[in-house]
Amino acid sequence: MKPRHKRFALIGGGLAVIGIAAVLVLNAFQSNLVFFFTPTQIAAGEAPKGKTFRIGGLVKDGSLQRQSDGLTVQFVVTDTAKEFTVAYTGILPDLFREGKGVVAQGKLGENGLFTASEVLAKHDENYMPPEAQHAVDEAHKAARTVKQ
Amino acid sequence: MGNNGGFENRFGMNTRLINWFGYASPATFYPLAGKMIPWFWALAALFGIAGLYVGFFVAPTDAQQGEGYRIIFIHVPASWMSMFIYLVMAFWAALGLGFNTRLSGMMATSLAPTGALMAFLSLWTGALWGKPMWGAWWVWDARLTSELILFFLYIGFIALQSAIDDPRRADKAGAVLALVGVVNIPIIYFSVKWWNTLHQGASVSLTRSPSMAQTMLWGMLLMALAFWMYAIAVSLTRVRAIILERERHAGWVEELEEVAT
Repeated sequence: MKPRHKRFALIGGGLAVIGIAAVLVLNAFQSNLVFFFTPTQIAAGEAPKGKTFRIGGLVKDGSLQRQSDGLTVQFVVTDTAKEFTVAYTGILPDLFREGKGVVAQGKLGENGLFTASEVLAKHDENYMPPEAQHAVDEAHKAARTVKQ
Repeated sequence: MGNNGGFENRFGMNTRLINWFGYASPATFYPLAGKMIPWFWALAALFGIAGLYVGFFVAPTDAQQGEGYRIIFIHVPASWMSMFIYLVMAFWAALGLGFNTRLSGMMATSLAPTGALMAFLSLWTGALWGKPMWGAWWVWDARLTSELILFFLYIGFIALQSAIDDPRRADKAGAVLALVGVVNIPIIYFSVKWWNTLHQGASVSLTRSPSMAQTMLWGMLLMALAFWMYAIAVSLTRVRAIILERERHAGWVEELEEVAT
């Protein structure tokens, strides 16, 4: 074996070892790398109990309720299978909308009410002009009427 | 094996149509790079002007984010380049380790600062974008954290190389670090798929049609090309400086016009 081939074998072998190590480490970290838990995961008891964690999902349409102080809000986070009610006092981000993604950090109470200390908006990867969005919404509406 | 002629004979490359190993010689590459640099600068300017024009004047407002989304024309190209430059850097590093060529190490060294700049831009524009849209400058989600690690890898590479006085040893040590760090690139890219992250998924991917309006996409691609050309232009300029510094005792350097005068 020429020294050059030996070097290539070493580099290749080294990279393979690092790759396998990375896969194993990432597998071990799997649950810790999760930024938020979905309502289904929480309902299945995967979220840490009595500790702060994040819940993520869509804000259920028509579920946003504002208290008279203008700062305290309540809304339902859903992943279309399970849902949790979230209470929050503070300013909501600009992109917070019903039907759109949200990630809230806080604690889950005994009564099933999630009290959030921070609410972040999670937007999707679609970028389109307002007219296109309007057309998409209309199409969805039409599709829904046809189904019913 | 110090000179280029021995190299060619050993690999029997002389018979090929293009002698690729000939360009691995700093003496051949230096003038070639000098000739290419103005072209890459011109292309960078051209694509940059076109990209900014499309980005600011042609691309429509976004339905969700209004005008704020336009930072995408810097953020996404910078993020792409930060990952791509790392791959190129690791490629040169591997070539340098394997073939023991001097120029490969110099190429890797010259790419690192530009890669670091791109990673920094990606993080910085991301923070500026995240505050109004998500409601936070920074969150420790998988995408953001792995990009931060990429930035640290670049800084670590630069620091490690400058800590070692012998350039050939510095190249080898840097190459090992660069190759180890390659693991991070697929992690950054797939982080939004593998884990729940606050960062949204990819709008543009190889496997499906892009989920953004055509003109927005054009603006982004033009800016990506501009960043690409800029990165090539500055790395070539940097590699020429590195060649001069490391080969300053070589005869061909002393004969150069710009050195002699």
